[in-house]
Amino acid sequence: MGYQAGEYDVIVIGAGHAGCEAALASARMGCETLLLTINLDMVAFMPCNPSVGGPAKGHVVREIDALGGEMGRNIDKTYIQMRMLNTGKGPAVHALRAQADKFLYQHTMKETIEKTDRLTLRQGMAEDLIVEDGVCRGVVTKTGAEYRAKAVVLTTGTYLRGKVIMGELMYESGPNNQQPSVKLSESLRKLGLELVRFKTGTPPRVHKDTIDFVKTEIQPGDESPKFFSFETEYSDRANEQLPCWLTYTSEDTHRIINDNLHRAPMFSGAIEGTGPRYCPSIEDKIVRFADKPKHQIFLEPEGRNTKEYYVQGLSTSMPEDVQLQILRSIPGLEKVEMMRTGYAIEYDAVVPTQLWPSLETKLVTNLFTAGQINGTSGYEEAAGQGIMAGINAARKVKGEEPVIIERSAGYIGVMIDDLVTKGTNEPYRLLTSRAEYRLLLRHDNADLRLTPLGHEIGLIKEERYEKFLEKKAKVEAEIGRLKEIRIKPDEEVQAMLASRDSAPLQNTTDGITLLRRPEVAYSDVEKLSPSPVELSEEMKEQVEIQIKYTGYIEKQLQQVERLGKMEKKRIPDDIDYGIIHGLATEAKQKLDKVRPLSLGQASRISGVTPADLSILLVHLEHYNRVTAARGS
Amino acid sequence: MTEDTIAAVATALGEGSIAVVRVSGPEAVEKIAPLFRSRLDLREAPTHTVNYGWIEDPADGAVLDEVLVTVMRGPRSFTAEDVVEISTHGGIVAVQSVLELVLRSGIRIAEPGEFTKRAFLNGRIDLAQAEAVIDLIRSKSNRAFQLARRQSEGALSKRIAPLRQKLLELLAHVEVNIDYPEHDVAEMTAAAIAETCGIALQEVRMLLKTAAEGKILREGIVTAIVGRPNAGKSSLLNALAHDNKAIVTDIPGTTRDIVEESVSLAGVPLRLLDTAGIRETSDVVERIGVERSRGALNEADLILLVLNHHEPLHEDERLLMKELAGRPAIAVVNKIDLPGALDLEEVKREIPEERIVFLSAKEGEGIDRLEQAVSKLFFSGGVESDDLTYVSNARHISLLHLAAKSLEDAIAASEAGIPIDLIQIDLTTAWEQLGEIIGDAVGESLLDQIFSQFCLGK
Repeated sequence: MGYQAGEYDVIVIGAGHAGCEAALASARMGCETLLLTINLDMVAFMPCNPSVGGPAKGHVVREIDALGGEMGRNIDKTYIQMRMLNTGKGPAVHALRAQADKFLYQHTMKETIEKTDRLTLRQGMAEDLIVEDGVCRGVVTKTGAEYRAKAVVLTTGTYLRGKVIMGELMYESGPNNQQPSVKLSESLRKLGLELVRFKTGTPPRVHKDTIDFVKTEIQPGDESPKFFSFETEYSDRANEQLPCWLTYTSEDTHRIINDNLHRAPMFSGAIEGTGPRYCPSIEDKIVRFADKPKHQIFLEPEGRNTKEYYVQGLSTSMPEDVQLQILRSIPGLEKVEMMRTGYAIEYDAVVPTQLWPSLETKLVTNLFTAGQINGTSGYEEAAGQGIMAGINAARKVKGEEPVIIERSAGYIGVMIDDLVTKGTNEPYRLLTSRAEYRLLLRHDNADLRLTPLGHEIGLIKEERYEKFLEKKAKVEAEIGRLKEIRIKPDEEVQAMLASRDSAPLQNTTDGITLLRRPEVAYSDVEKLSPSPVELSEEMKEQVEIQIKYTGYIEKQLQQVERLGKMEKKRIPDDIDYGIIHGLATEAKQKLDKVRPLSLGQASRISGVTPADLSILLVHLEHYNRVTAARGS
Repeated sequence: MTEDTIAAVATALGEGSIAVVRVSGPEAVEKIAPLFRSRLDLREAPTHTVNYGWIEDPADGAVLDEVLVTVMRGPRSFTAEDVVEISTHGGIVAVQSVLELVLRSGIRIAEPGEFTKRAFLNGRIDLAQAEAVIDLIRSKSNRAFQLARRQSEGALSKRIAPLRQKLLELLAHVEVNIDYPEHDVAEMTAAAIAETCGIALQEVRMLLKTAAEGKILREGIVTAIVGRPNAGKSSLLNALAHDNKAIVTDIPGTTRDIVEESVSLAGVPLRLLDTAGIRETSDVVERIGVERSRGALNEADLILLVLNHHEPLHEDERLLMKELAGRPAIAVVNKIDLPGALDLEEVKREIPEERIVFLSAKEGEGIDRLEQAVSKLFFSGGVESDDLTYVSNARHISLLHLAAKSLEDAIAASEAGIPIDLIQIDLTTAWEQLGEIIGDAVGESLLDQIFSQFCLGK
């Protein structure tokens, strides 16, 4: 009953945020690519909050864009609100967050995919992998279609053995009542992959016309919004923004929840999967933080042409009737109509320490996984892995080395290294505090960090790359100029300093020294000594940040350099940890499980001590010398 | 492979007449040169030469020890890197204080077996010996681990753990402000950060002070007894020794002929310098000359200036009193059993009154007053023997110094209006440095703290 349905270089299973980036990257790098999805109407669907970005997550979107991915461009075309967060803090943690028109977001992404050369989008449920001699060769769908490929990327999100839970009700389902994928999970288990059960949830959606906005606070977008993609032009940036609204839970809310805890699957034992601490359900928050009198609730429009509002802060798996009571206990929602019920969803995920940093599975060659299947949560985290899996699948097909982003080069690198080195015992969310080089991984310099790589692997086109090089050169030239200029303590300068509450200048100084004063901005120095060439706002911002935070940036760069030696020390693939004399047993087991590619990666495995690393290093040196001796 | 520069004591502690601090790495010569006072700048010293001089703390010019410094430039050295070896006097005090200074100047303490590891990696040790190198690393690490474990159950951990917890709560709060900017968690202010850091810094400084005191308790206060002939130095020495019947050691010095005796005063060990000299010639100043006596005075943690109650002040004594200004000195007015001829007003002008003790060494009267004065001088009003063993080794002390520096940086940054996420860099560093002392893994605890302290989520 099976039939040969086609041959591709790369097949991507699942067209969520990871799958879309993986498929686009692969096709744009020249690979014939098939993107399979259970439901064509669900491409790039946002099953939870209708927003993109925020601290760390927004950084990832910028990085995806800097590499030549789609998420940044897509949200810039479909946003209904933009806000730059953390503007009162340092430049490294400025973070863009957009509210999306979730329907437009989907359609726009689908259109981009449909228009992309070498990319085939098809509806179909993958049920089995074709694996020959430990190498993945394709997939078989429910309808018997057998697609052959040189590499397969799994981006199945929360669909694997998905189970939706609302109070006492429980049924097999993917998100938003989609068909779950049951057989593929079994197929992975049969291949020997270890799976875990994770849980996530989503709040109810309500009807706009039944909200009393007077009782809430307005949360408008920024007046002059910034954008995610380095390509988006100022002229594209004219879009009327929609506000969000803030309200709070009440005493009644807390009472209703406490009265109904016996019906909450979180506490009745019906939920077996591990949920994320950073995204708890409302019942969880009220039990764990009983002292907190009220919790924030944000009301967010799901799009321009819909009345549906997302109730952020109210993720819950309470029974439907209790959900309605909870909603109506909240100021502004007394008469609200619930359009969709909130739910918890359990799903299977792959234990991510079974992956190489390229996101290829160690067990099955040419099989890659990305996104929620790897134990993460969030659209941005998924997309960040998606683009890397797509890139590395394409490179594998072409016989090229995988691309691995260092922890010091991007949040994507931090995330993937965390996953494959440490694993995760709850759905993994990126936080800026996970990055040890936070100051280097800024929102503003994502292009400086990753666009050269994007160009090298063929995802950044010449025209964009030239613009990038021009920006880089102009920024460097301006920094060089500021170093040279002499600023005398004349009236104009002293007046400027006085207006900024900065101490008067004693001696002639250079532009850099002046700009390093915390009170002085680039625009102040610019007035005293304008640049001879025209600089864009982004360039000026870059000049200012690089100069102002030099001391801290240098400190982190030195750390990177010091640890970089460890990262460069490669560990051979075929190393047998069992025979290394002197390694502690725990270290042997952990190293054998993770199989780190470098000494740096080995150092981040919990349970591997500095002594174990020293011993490993001595062993590697021994090994290298013996190998060299044999070779000669 | 270029490496950082490391240091450690390369000889067995407490044994032998000399001890060696070994420094290896690209900055070995560069970093030690400013600490070494000699006719020759160490940077200009030819390779494989031994240089005579003093290790001096550049911060305050205090001389720590008289040393021989050997320079061996790579690759002709044990590790094949630039190596500097500082030979100090034996025992613990000199070598530990030199190591502390070396670590304070930005050199890292070597991991167990690291010199040998480097020697191996740089090809100085034969391939056949690889296994022996591994065994050395393993056994040294195991011993260090056991030591650290014992420490982690000890008093130091008990002081550091709550300090770290305070910092961790602060870190978690700042992180929540950064990662959840729209959440209803109050913004952490620079002033609040500075305040918490200030409290932490005070505590770290206390620990460092305790470290100095703890070292004294274990290793003794280096004490010089000075004074004119016939002032009664040897009878004071005898009184102290007799009173205690506790002459602990009799260590002949190797490169100088000063003999040390150790006596216990109020439970505080005093290591008396040049006791033989006092017994034989009755006069340090005369015997070893003015220069050497100044050296002895510089070395001492405590100087007992013995004055004769029965005679007027001598010119030498006036000079000595001037010399002792600002130093930890006590004037012992001896022979109070005899009629007084000493100009006490003049003594009081030079030495604060609480540091003048009247006694009769011959009659054994007033030794208790001397005990009190010593206690007061060293333990700011009383010995707390339980608290004094917290900070035991150079590694801990150097980490405490680093943590203090990081906290100072954090405070300075918050006062300068630097954004909180940058202040966080110094805060995190301080937290990690304190963690290294008690051997606490960094890992997930910040995230754990964030999610247990704050109610977050969408």
